[in-house]
Amino acid sequence: MQQNEMRLEFDSRSCNEGFVRVAVAAFMTQLNPTLEEVADVKTAVSEAVTNAIIHGYEGAVKKVAVECRITGQTLEVKVKDTGKGIEDIQRAMEPLFTTKAECDRAGMGFAFMEAFMDTLKVESEVGKGTCVTMTRQIGRENKFER
Amino acid sequence: MRQPFEIAGTTLTIHLPAEIDHHNAEGIQYEADRILRRKNIRRMVFDFGQTDFMDSSGIGMIMGRYKTMRFMGGTVIAVRVNERMRRILTLSGVYKVIDIYEGMPQRLNLL
Repeated sequence: MQQNEMRLEFDSRSCNEGFVRVAVAAFMTQLNPTLEEVADVKTAVSEAVTNAIIHGYEGAVKKVAVECRITGQTLEVKVKDTGKGIEDIQRAMEPLFTTKAECDRAGMGFAFMEAFMDTLKVESEVGKGTCVTMTRQIGRENKFER
Repeated sequence: MRQPFEIAGTTLTIHLPAEIDHHNAEGIQYEADRILRRKNIRRMVFDFGQTDFMDSSGIGMIMGRYKTMRFMGGTVIAVRVNERMRRILTLSGVYKVIDIYEGMPQRLNLL
């Protein structure tokens, strides 16, 4: 089975958000994805990276790591930070829940990741950081027609 | 290139960039709010004509402006929305409160 990996580490500056989702999109082209699959993954990556920057580090400049692994036709993306962590993961994942309503955050980050990827796993420890793992099978006609 | 923020009478049209994420949503938010404080705006038009990427930061930016406009008795619409953007706006529930148009509604030109 075809396997390939890559790892990116970058400063938690918002200007890196665009660069990172494009890098992941470029990495996944070897799976011959549809435009829609690329757009879905880009959106999910953008959500996870934005969370790390806004919530994990709350504006401080530290490192965020993005790891991608291709196994067969499955793309796995991990987004890791060593920031403040999530107190209540279940609550954080509820649509519309946000701790930063005053900054016009929609509270839709995890909902978007869930909608655009096949699986989503969130591991977090307060004071240690957060790791979001998402997978998406590429080359299936339509995610909703199974 | 035309100005991203266009004011005609009491209508503010925001020509959105190609990609809307956390990084540039904050700038749009800031400028839109600055205009809303200084001018009498009754209608806000989000023009998605150039846009092919938006994440939930864009949704937060739109909903925030919608709340302000509604508070002032104004309206908000989205125009030139492509298939992808429609999906994002639908998934997030924005379509329930904001009218979405594929093209540019004729009536707009008369305002």
